Amino acid sequence: MTRFIVRRILLALPVLLGIMTAVFILLQLIPGDPALALAGEKASVEQVERVREEFGLNRPLPVQYAYFLKSAFTLDFGASLRTHQPVATELRQFFGATMELSVAALCIALLIGIPAGVIAATHRAQPLDYGAMLIALIGISTPVFWSGIVLIYLLSFRLGLFPIGGIIGTGIKLDRITDAYVLDSILTLNGPAFWSSLHHLLLPAFVLATIPMAIIARMTRSSMLEVLGQDYLRTARAKGLREQRIVVRHALKNALIPIVTAIGLQFGGLLSGAFLTETVFGRPGLGRYVVAAIGARDYPAIQGTVLVVAIIFVFINLLVDVAYAAIDPRVHYA
Amino acid sequence: MALDTQAMRPAAGLGAPPPQNPPPAPQLASAPRTSAGLWRDAAHRLRRDHAAVAGLVIILLLLIIAIVAPQITPYDPNDQSFRIKLKPPSAEHWLGTDEFGRDVLSRVLVGARVALYVGTIPVIVAMIIGVTLGLAAGYYGKGLDQVIMRVIDILLAFPWLLLAIGIMAVLGPGINNVVIAVAIVYIPAFARIVRGSVLSIKEKEYVEAARAMGQPNPQIIVRHVLANAWAPIIVLATLSIGQAIIYAAGLSFIGLGTQPPNADWGVMLSSGREYLRDAPWLGFFPGLAILITVLAFNLFGDGLRDALDPRMQ
Repeated sequence: MTRFIVRRILLALPVLLGIMTAVFILLQLIPGDPALALAGEKASVEQVERVREEFGLNRPLPVQYAYFLKSAFTLDFGASLRTHQPVATELRQFFGATMELSVAALCIALLIGIPAGVIAATHRAQPLDYGAMLIALIGISTPVFWSGIVLIYLLSFRLGLFPIGGIIGTGIKLDRITDAYVLDSILTLNGPAFWSSLHHLLLPAFVLATIPMAIIARMTRSSMLEVLGQDYLRTARAKGLREQRIVVRHALKNALIPIVTAIGLQFGGLLSGAFLTETVFGRPGLGRYVVAAIGARDYPAIQGTVLVVAIIFVFINLLVDVAYAAIDPRVHYA
Repeated sequence: MALDTQAMRPAAGLGAPPPQNPPPAPQLASAPRTSAGLWRDAAHRLRRDHAAVAGLVIILLLLIIAIVAPQITPYDPNDQSFRIKLKPPSAEHWLGTDEFGRDVLSRVLVGARVALYVGTIPVIVAMIIGVTLGLAAGYYGKGLDQVIMRVIDILLAFPWLLLAIGIMAVLGPGINNVVIAVAIVYIPAFARIVRGSVLSIKEKEYVEAARAMGQPNPQIIVRHVLANAWAPIIVLATLSIGQAIIYAAGLSFIGLGTQPPNADWGVMLSSGREYLRDAPWLGFFPGLAILITVLAFNLFGDGLRDALDPRMQ
């Protein structure tokens, strides 16, 4: 197992280098002077020259590339043109909120998606199956930025059940450790902050969960249908085991393997969806940060976000592969 | 068992059927001549699939709307009139008016043009480039395969929105740049699925026979390999169109796509969000239009996949 993990990490390294190279090439493709782009259009001549010197932009291209790799590895992306704060500091601040939203959405997607898929599979070709799969198909076809707007209107404006947006109630104090608000309020044992941040998290997390939920339900159904036809289930039935036990202990356990892969595949979409969901709900996070950065042509911030999120994504995929190998005994580690 | 979860990962989508269930290549034991039969059988199965037929009918309706939109809109979609701004749906304005007093129905109808444009063109472009790359990588193998697939791996390492944002940051906002960005997002999906099919097809006897007869490689690739790899490509393309429409609308929603005052469902949703409390219809109808369009492509794509893969029956 250790060998497999080491091998998998080694395989991820060229991809990381590739990501950095791709971002470097993108930066080179920005029309005009890259130093001016990184310093901002309003920068003085001295500021532009300082940026040029700092990022080695007056050197030959290979040296620039080396400078770029150094800044990428040390996560030093310079200062945001919009806020004048170091991009790395800001990314750290917003990372927690975006991850919290994504993880919460994934949990909701699993909690609803897996049982829905199991019920659809065990009631194959019955109204329950058709109903669940129709809802799943609609879920897959609905953009999060629309379901978000509709649910804000119905549940927040009309029924007043949820806050309209934001991440925590105004006036609630919270010591931030990880910048994931719900987690921080648990870590600091802050009751009011916990309820407020959870209340703010639920609706956006549910909206973000709709698409992965639908996909997980569909995956679970097809995976279960495949497993339900296997001989060992007939054996289990012949032994006289209760149907519920057969479905959960014998079928679902084996059907879970492709579902784990599906979860891994969902994460890229989840992060993209989180960016849009944050924009809809006005939640601070990486998505809102990068969207504001684009509006301001804040290239250091855009570059930093693209690079950091891609690196995180590579690590998530790595974890999924390891998890996959851990739960499926048929996978060879070597 | 090889651990190749990557192989199942085309565009890290906002969630769509194509990434999860790449339709397997149809297993054709004999020569390509049977492919006409395959398509006929598939068409027969497809006709009996009511959901898929419904999807196709909606797609055709949308196509007609997109073509004749300028003739059938009740008002000029860009005609502003502050006297009637933010009016709720009524007999004069079926879907209400927006913040500039423009007719929402007219804008939704004209928006269908943009939606079909940003849905189909990037997918076609991605299909042409992705299929070419996949054929080259799968057929020639070795170094070429390594180079192509590593580039694909890097593209897949970005969540789609981020990749698109990175590209748009360089190209600048605008609908044609959305087309380029979404096309690049989809190239890996096509390249991977084609490469997978090619790897199994190139071992078949009829390819070996063609090679033994001295046919040049390009001819073998087009006449024997590609001819037998079409089914999954078509399914992926159909399912991707719906997804691409959502992607493009998402980019417009965050201000990168179609620039005002042009009608675009994503842009309309974005302003609908601003006027949500007072004018909920503003965002509701364009979003519903996206949902119906994407649902139609997904229904048809799912049906197509089932029809082309008899083993799923």
